[in-house]
Amino acid sequence: MTPALRCVGLRQKFGDTVAVDGLDLEVERGEVFGLLGPNGAGKTTTIRMITTLLPAPPGAIQVLGRDVARQRTAVRRLIGYVPQQLSADGTLTGRENVALFARLYDVPRVGRAAQVAAVLDAMDLTEAADRPSKTYSGGMVRRLELAQALVSAPQLLILDEPTVGLDPVARDSVWDKIASIRAATGMTVLVTTHAMQEADEHCERVALMHRGRIRAQGSPDDLKDALGPGATLDDVFRHHTGNALTGDNENGGMRDVRAARRTARRVG
Amino acid sequence: MSALPVAPPAASAETEPGPLALARTVASRIATTCLVELQKLRHDRTELVTRAVQPALWLLVFGQVFTRIRAIPTGSTPYLDFLAPGILAQSALFIAIFYGIQIIWERDAGVLAKLLVTPTPRIALVGAKAFAAGVRAVAQAVVVLVLALILGVHLATNPLKIIALVAALLLGSAFFCCLSITIAGLVLSRDRLMGIGQAITMPLFFASNALYPVQLMPGWLQVVNHINPLSYEVEALRGLLVGTSARLLLDFGVLLASAIVMIAIASALLPRLARG
Ligand SMILES: Nc1ncnc2c1ncn2[C@@H]1O[C@H](COP(=O)(O)OP(=O)(O)OP(=O)(O)O)[C@@H](O)[C@H]1O
Ligand SMILES: [Mg+2]
Repeated sequence: MTPALRCVGLRQKFGDTVAVDGLDLEVERGEVFGLLGPNGAGKTTTIRMITTLLPAPPGAIQVLGRDVARQRTAVRRLIGYVPQQLSADGTLTGRENVALFARLYDVPRVGRAAQVAAVLDAMDLTEAADRPSKTYSGGMVRRLELAQALVSAPQLLILDEPTVGLDPVARDSVWDKIASIRAATGMTVLVTTHAMQEADEHCERVALMHRGRIRAQGSPDDLKDALGPGATLDDVFRHHTGNALTGDNENGGMRDVRAARRTARRVG
Repeated sequence: MSALPVAPPAASAETEPGPLALARTVASRIATTCLVELQKLRHDRTELVTRAVQPALWLLVFGQVFTRIRAIPTGSTPYLDFLAPGILAQSALFIAIFYGIQIIWERDAGVLAKLLVTPTPRIALVGAKAFAAGVRAVAQAVVVLVLALILGVHLATNPLKIIALVAALLLGSAFFCCLSITIAGLVLSRDRLMGIGQAITMPLFFASNALYPVQLMPGWLQVVNHINPLSYEVEALRGLLVGTSARLLLDFGVLLASAIVMIAIASALLPRLARG
């Protein structure tokens, strides 16, 4: 079977900046795949090429066997995309936001309302569905965006830094939702993040990206084991790039929260 | 967790859509965008009121004063009657220009990226925006016209003329919305666009027949007036609403052609916006 996503020798320049520099990537169907890298690694640029927002040469990117350059519309129908910024329309209600995307993906009129309601419910937004989304918290907006991306039943869900800027509770709920989406639909999920801890915990396979290139890839456990006992994904990254990650404090934050939760569990 | 929709058995379209499918998509996207525009209007009715303040001031202050002092000769038509369609076109112009500024905001907020990733051709996206601007303009026009009626302007009530009026507003708004999107696609930044937006709306307005008859303009301004689509919009609106002489065929011809050309240009520049 063709992989969910295959990138071969992907390149993108902005003026003198080489954002993506010969990137090869293969994401298997049905897995949660993490594209990891610090700020400026080229994650978003890669995603923008895969999602047809930036031009890619023929043969460079295939989504479920379709060439992104040649079968653009077919590829667009197959993917669900949540950009890095929180991007719901604040003046519309949650339901209207999702219904808009149902229409833009030509979800048939019969059953459309039910499908919209179902994805909102799956993202725990039923109660808030008829409020303007500008009243939503960051975590709720992210879940709303997931609902928007899911309403067309995509086969490849692409999430660009879905947890950035969220508090730890909201982050966990986003990861929970990703896991339950995958369990319910068998969808392939490609997610970018610079939070190594989160990727370690929630992705089956990861690729470490630095300066436009993939430096290592595999399951988090394999990558860590290869380095020796007690290694973290951070260590793996440092090993392959000779560079510390930015955004360490955020990882620290996560570690603290999880430690606190473990403590709470022990106490309770 | 309730059942999530699972992918359809066969991905529907494997090849790029042909002209017929494209036309169908354009129509469908325009309908969708109009619906969303109406939803937004319903949620924020105050905007209709705040946006009516400026036209109201023009009609009340400028219109009343200049009617009284008879500074602008408009023949047998009272100046306020002459002015009302011009102000109508002006409020539509401001709304339409705002859409270009909005698209930069949508770009910065990631909304545009999400829209561009849907199976929606660029031209459908731009066409839908153009139409949405028109829908807003028509909604705003209702408010301005009610105001004009209260001030005693004599307006046509012939339904055919009203339909033509709506068409003229839609076409004019489409042109200026796409002009604004085009400029957005060229300058790529909101600050610059704000400046440019202001720098073009007022000249477009003053270099048109919205405030005064063409005959009063100096020669060079008459030339500008002739290439300014706003003037054709005003002429059509004025002819339809208050019955002044208008070359309706020419007016609608110019409006239609300029709207189509501008939609095409804006669509061509949209990828640049997405890339930037
Ligand atoms: N539109 C653009 N114009 C110019 N340079 C760009 C553009 N987009 C990205 N870049 C540059 O390309 C490089 C990669 O950026 P990219 O946004 O892909 O990184 P990223 O991994 O997503 O980082 P972040 O964690 O900050 O989101 C950066 O050096 C960035 O400055
Ligand atoms: Mg990024």
